[in-house]
Amino acid sequence: MNATRAEIAVVAVAELFRGDGEIVASPMGLIPQLGAKLARLTFEPDLLMSDGEAYLVTPDGEVEGWQPFRKMLDTIVPHGRRHVVMGANQVDRYGNQNISAIGDHAHPKKQLLGVRGAPGNTVNHRTSYWVPKHSTRVFVDAVDVVSGVGYDNAAKAGPSAEKYHDVHQVVTNLGVFGFGTPDHSMRAVSLHPGVTRDEVAAATTFELDFAGAGVSREPTAEELRLIREVLDPKSFRDKEVPA
Amino acid sequence: MADKRMTADEVAAELEDGMTIGIGGWGSRRKPMALVRAILRTPVRDLTVVSYGGPDVGLLCAAGKVKRVVFGFVTLDSIPFDPWFGRARETGAVEVTEYDEGMFGAALSAAAQRLPFLPMRAGLGSEVMRANPDLRTVRSPYADAEELVAVPARHLDVALVHLNRADARGNAQYLGPDPYFDDLFCLAAAKRFVSVEKVVETAELTAGGPVQSLLLNRGSVDGVVEAPRGAHFTTAVPDYGRDERFQRHYAGCAKDLDAWPGFVDRFLSGDERAYLSEVDKFEAEAA
Repeated sequence: MNATRAEIAVVAVAELFRGDGEIVASPMGLIPQLGAKLARLTFEPDLLMSDGEAYLVTPDGEVEGWQPFRKMLDTIVPHGRRHVVMGANQVDRYGNQNISAIGDHAHPKKQLLGVRGAPGNTVNHRTSYWVPKHSTRVFVDAVDVVSGVGYDNAAKAGPSAEKYHDVHQVVTNLGVFGFGTPDHSMRAVSLHPGVTRDEVAAATTFELDFAGAGVSREPTAEELRLIREVLDPKSFRDKEVPA
Repeated sequence: MADKRMTADEVAAELEDGMTIGIGGWGSRRKPMALVRAILRTPVRDLTVVSYGGPDVGLLCAAGKVKRVVFGFVTLDSIPFDPWFGRARETGAVEVTEYDEGMFGAALSAAAQRLPFLPMRAGLGSEVMRANPDLRTVRSPYADAEELVAVPARHLDVALVHLNRADARGNAQYLGPDPYFDDLFCLAAAKRFVSVEKVVETAELTAGGPVQSLLLNRGSVDGVVEAPRGAHFTTAVPDYGRDERFQRHYAGCAKDLDAWPGFVDRFLSGDERAYLSEVDKFEAEAA
């Protein structure tokens, strides 16, 4: 019953939502969606789940609420009872995230999506990130375009930016990373089974604090059954995170 | 009783160089593409395009119509990036005002409410403040004394939106799950044009959906364009979903500067009828 790396990652994402209770989970992308659904089916049964469109849905896809984009931006985000898991083209040691553009914003080398809701998410409610391929291209010294606001920039921007700022954790194919250090710089919370510190250090541009890092937990037999038989029977997860 | 029906080309003829136009929808969803295609056939240029961007932004950039894009994102949804918007950004062909998605809505809301700005938390500490040095903050006059972003009103010269049904007077209805920000675009604009899949009798509107689906009343609509498949290739559910095959073709051609003139010749050089006819042939060939 060996769990694959993708399955470890799904469980790690599910763990992001532990303790969230009856708030809106907004998982962006496949592994975050699987993780949120797994959390809801197991230890966080009260989570409200956005389907990324206009609906709040149960794990079976039953519609239990209406949440169109405007309602999301006008009320759900500023109201704060939400936990989003976003992607990140770049992330730095203080949790700044970039999905807007690579290079100088005025003259980008590569235009990406735009900042989307990241500036608002990060100053209003809990935000986590999912990175399927942990590399030095993603884990950079400083992001090119601050989309999601990290701890240093929130502090510089003042009390209104910090009041509800809550960049929680970053889950990658290699491990789980948090900001629970005195200066909120990134530290390893856990490395996935079989992953070494050297491997993570080599894939990260800045220096990471590994003190106290554990091993990411394996799925329980029931979690594995849910992932394999209920949530992702076609194993799309393996395409995002190869074994 | 005003009959506000007009053609897409008549709407496009209302645009002047340098105007600020808001385009409804979201990403590659319910975009007024027939109206966008009509703009491509005019000589208008130097537009400021305000959009939760999708292929509307890409096509207008491709045709050299755009001076500035006001946006929070540009995406084709099932394809993450629009190649033409990317090229326009990377070659410096367009200027941008980049907002958080919520700031963007606040800018339209401020204009709709005739306020100079609306305060919000979004933007603090992010690139949007650095990249838009004209943005100001405002301090709460109450005991909290919080300092927040003062999102300036974004007034539009023209709003273009696409809905599912309307009557000839401009009462308009969406039948999909999400109204997006289309009513707000109209309230923020001096002139408001809505294209619809079908123009129907007024009584048919409430017969076809709940009264809450009547997103626009005629007081905020200046012109109605009957444009069946007018959102193609974006979604206009429940009338049709996104034409993924055609969108892939668009994105593929947009990525390849050698292929692009062929796309323009085939699909964009004629009128809307020619466009839809070529789309039908394209689908038949691919089937």
